[in-house]
Amino acid sequence: MSAYFIRLISTLGHLVTSRIDRLGLVARFAGLLLVSLRIALGRLSLIFREVYFSGVRSLSIVAVSGLFVGMVLAVQGYEVLQRYGSAESLGVIVALSLVRELGPVVTALLFAGRASSAVTAEIGLMRATEQLAAMDMMAVDPISRVVAPRFLAAVFSMPFLAAIFSTAGVIGAWIIGVKLIGIDDGAFWSQMQANVDVRIDVLNGLVKSIVFGTSVGLISVFEGYFAAPTAEGIATATTRTVVISSLSVLLLDLLLTVMMFRGLS
Amino acid sequence: MTSFHESEMIALKDVCFSYADRPILNGIDLTIKRGEIIAIMGGSGGGKTTLLGLIAGRLKPQSGSVLVNGFEVPKLRQTELYGLRRKIGMLFQFGALFTDLNVFDNVAFPYREQTNLPEEMIRTLVLLKLEAVGLRGAKDLMPAELSGGMARRVALARAVALDPSVMLYDEPFTGLDPISVGIIGRLIKRLNRALGMTSVIVTHDLNETLRLVDRVVVLSQGKIHRDMAPEEIRSTDDPFIRQFADGLPDGPVPFHYPGRDYWSELMGQ
Ligand SMILES: Nc1ncnc2c1ncn2[C@@H]1O[C@H](COP(=O)(O)OP(=O)(O)OP(=O)(O)O)[C@@H](O)[C@H]1O
Ligand SMILES: [Mg+2]
Repeated sequence: MSAYFIRLISTLGHLVTSRIDRLGLVARFAGLLLVSLRIALGRLSLIFREVYFSGVRSLSIVAVSGLFVGMVLAVQGYEVLQRYGSAESLGVIVALSLVRELGPVVTALLFAGRASSAVTAEIGLMRATEQLAAMDMMAVDPISRVVAPRFLAAVFSMPFLAAIFSTAGVIGAWIIGVKLIGIDDGAFWSQMQANVDVRIDVLNGLVKSIVFGTSVGLISVFEGYFAAPTAEGIATATTRTVVISSLSVLLLDLLLTVMMFRGLS
Repeated sequence: MTSFHESEMIALKDVCFSYADRPILNGIDLTIKRGEIIAIMGGSGGGKTTLLGLIAGRLKPQSGSVLVNGFEVPKLRQTELYGLRRKIGMLFQFGALFTDLNVFDNVAFPYREQTNLPEEMIRTLVLLKLEAVGLRGAKDLMPAELSGGMARRVALARAVALDPSVMLYDEPFTGLDPISVGIIGRLIKRLNRALGMTSVIVTHDLNETLRLVDRVVVLSQGKIHRDMAPEEIRSTDDPFIRQFADGLPDGPVPFHYPGRDYWSELMGQ
């Protein structure tokens, strides 16, 4: 009985300390990354290349998803709004949901699955095949040459992708609401224009997507950089990137939303 | 603390290294003079790659000192270490080519990263290096399209791109056909003569090595077992070295990784 209890305690303790160890590793890695950003920012061509691979290639999935989400919001929103006779507010509801929440959050989730997982696999494979070691031996720091551009690409791409998601969503809602259901076109847009605030809504949405980009980007390069140099290790790391990124995005969204929108009304 | 002689390029004094608590090297003393070519031999898993890692500053010894060109390698900060590494070339056991770059760009990488040379000049230099390893014609291929031996030759061209003063070769001959072995062997010798390069070759290929090197260092059980000239190797009756030279499966160098008794393990006892 007591032996079992001690085992339980030590297993729990190990679980906790290993998590803390890993957090420490993340912090140290983030420090190194931060220091290398200055060098990395001096080589924009490397960052553009990664923005192309991560960001530009996620455009279509983000735009199409945004369109669908906007359409769904319009259908659901209209159903509720017309009960209160305020169907013209559809544009506002959809735009606010997208700009404040769904744009940054869903984009970050899509990005984690589409782009960050690939970054993790790529860096993990470069480590496993000693490409990072070879680079290090040629006096080229893998963190500023390989890791930092991929991280920055996530940070830069995310706000643009979120904006595209929201735009596509508004267009989707307009197609459903105005073209199909027949809400007044002028009311749809003017209400939206009058009630979406640049600072409260757009700027806060932007801040969110930059925070998500930082978090998803950091997780993807960290998991890749410390992946065990085996096929299994890379597979595990890729999965971890998607799972941990998604959870962190949702948690951060909760925190940011509380901070930004609490006590507004 | 440690004395440094101008003529010494690499000096290891009483170097001990272990992974976690598994000792790999214990008490290595080794000096390599400028312009010397030495071979390091020893059983698989004997710590040869580890030794190269220590010289290159990729690993830190638990104790002892590693001097390269007068610098105490384990004590260098990253920028100083990188300064030193611009003069060290390393050929990795499996080539380690950048898989997203073609052959040309792989060899051009050190020039583009470390120099401000104009692109036409880089082109000339890259073609020169590729010609030397006989792969100028393969410059547009991707690493995945190369055979193992070709990849090794490209990696060699890349490693010597900046004309380093020290070259570390991790098994440059393994998996190559006899012709390529000869080509690489002659190339190592030529680089060594032309540039006064100091070379450390980890290898199992006794025949090619003996033609090439000034000294052979044999590692065994984390220590330097013998340090001798090539002619001595051919005639020695040291059982350990004979086992290598004659390719005997078992002898002083165990073929098996240490483990439990075979019979009792099979029987699940
Ligand atoms: N990253 C590591 N972590 C733990 N142990 C390691 C690590 N790398 C190597 N080892 C162990 O260190 C020992 C020496 O490895 P090393 O690569 O130096 O051998 P080697 O002499 O180069 O062998 P080979 O001729 O097969 O290449 C091996 O037994 C290996 O199991
Ligand atoms: Mg080895």
